[in-house]
Amino acid sequence: MRIVNHPILTFLEQKMVTFTLNGQKIEGVAGEPIAAALYAADIKVLHHSHKNHRPRGLFCAIGNCSSCLMTVDGIPNVRVCTEPLRAGMAVEIQEGKGKIL
Amino acid sequence: MKTTEILVVGAGPAGLMAAIHAAEAGAQVLLVERADRLGGQLIKQTHKFFGSKAEYAGERGIQIAEKLITASQENSGITTWQKATVLGIYPDGVVTISHDGEFCTVKPKKIIIATGASEKTMAFPNNDLPGIYGAGAVQTLMNVHGVLPGKRLLMVGAGNIGVIVAYQLLQAGVEVVGIVEAGPQVGGYLVHAAKLARHGVPIYTSHSIKSAHGDSCLEGVTICKLDKNWQPIEGTDQYIPVDGLCLAVGLSPLTELLWQAGCEMKYAGELGGYVPLRDANLKTTHGDIYVAGDVSGVEEASAAMVEGKIVGLYVASILGHKTESFTKDFQVAKSQLGALRSGPSSMKICSGLSKVVLKEAQ
Repeated sequence: MRIVNHPILTFLEQKMVTFTLNGQKIEGVAGEPIAAALYAADIKVLHHSHKNHRPRGLFCAIGNCSSCLMTVDGIPNVRVCTEPLRAGMAVEIQEGKGKIL
Repeated sequence: MKTTEILVVGAGPAGLMAAIHAAEAGAQVLLVERADRLGGQLIKQTHKFFGSKAEYAGERGIQIAEKLITASQENSGITTWQKATVLGIYPDGVVTISHDGEFCTVKPKKIIIATGASEKTMAFPNNDLPGIYGAGAVQTLMNVHGVLPGKRLLMVGAGNIGVIVAYQLLQAGVEVVGIVEAGPQVGGYLVHAAKLARHGVPIYTSHSIKSAHGDSCLEGVTICKLDKNWQPIEGTDQYIPVDGLCLAVGLSPLTELLWQAGCEMKYAGELGGYVPLRDANLKTTHGDIYVAGDVSGVEEASAAMVEGKIVGLYVASILGHKTESFTKDFQVAKSQLGALRSGPSSMKICSGLSKVVLKEAQ
């Protein structure tokens, strides 16, 4: 799901790193938003809503809407559309408000 | 506590221009940006801009972003903080900021708010399924990060953003199955609509989304035809299998800081929602807070850049940084903005502005 050839843009050399989603290993580009790495791996469900447990994905991709909140390295409610990916991150699909304590 | 003459909030087209022009006049500027990079939404605009040469017409948004970012970084009068979110503006003039995780306080003499806008959604069953995005989100994924938002997409809204992003999706190699537009006509630039027509992308005018379908992700949508009163016509339902739905149905100004600071706000639907009352020089009813760009009313990036220039020059001048060419530069910028808003497509903007621009400078 990554763009290879584009008539206007060139995507420069990208350093791949490994992270986990609910324990499963995934590769992404270092420094790209976590959500971009997940979408590139065709993973679109990031979160389940608090009340009706509905699946939620990206909506705005620039940190405005909070549709993409996930638990990252144990910290809940991280906006993964803007949080840069680093090697070894443990990302989890968040249920509702996440576990704060 | 840090002090500065001017605090500019937001480093998109309006904020960058405000910071550059204020600093060029001699003012000391702190430019704060929530994201980890500068340029706002210009960094995903791969299309060429319209307008005149003074507004960078003929250049792509990504090239304009580079120019403005370089100009801001080369100017020693500008200090830039990235990953810096303004938390609050207090009655004593102190502004609190979370800068890269650290809590900071800043006391500026004047504040320019250029926070931009956020994308609107629309109401239909299952509108929260993953795979349904704002058009800007799709642009960010493809044009900034090089990731495809889906294989087969339907666009909603044939305004400028809808037709431009639909074309950008084609450029990225995504199948665009059509554009659904509730109005009877295409609202966006015809040059872009014509490009889509040449690629065989149908534009369904007087149509809307009835429902989205899918289990954990979007699998398809039902569209239907609308009558003259915008009501669904029975028997016109059409199911389209898609894994992406892109909503280009407008933007709302990101005005939280203005509300919090106590600026007087007014609803102007033509400008995207609640916007601050302000005078001709973009000063709000809070004497030390100015605005520029989409936060003062949703328009094109060209208008945001010129507003940024106007407010940057003006605020620097009232702080005593008035260059010899100020009167001329200021008038040129004002007439540039007037020219941008002179066409028939700007009638809506002008109608909105007539509700919120205070007649006499305060």
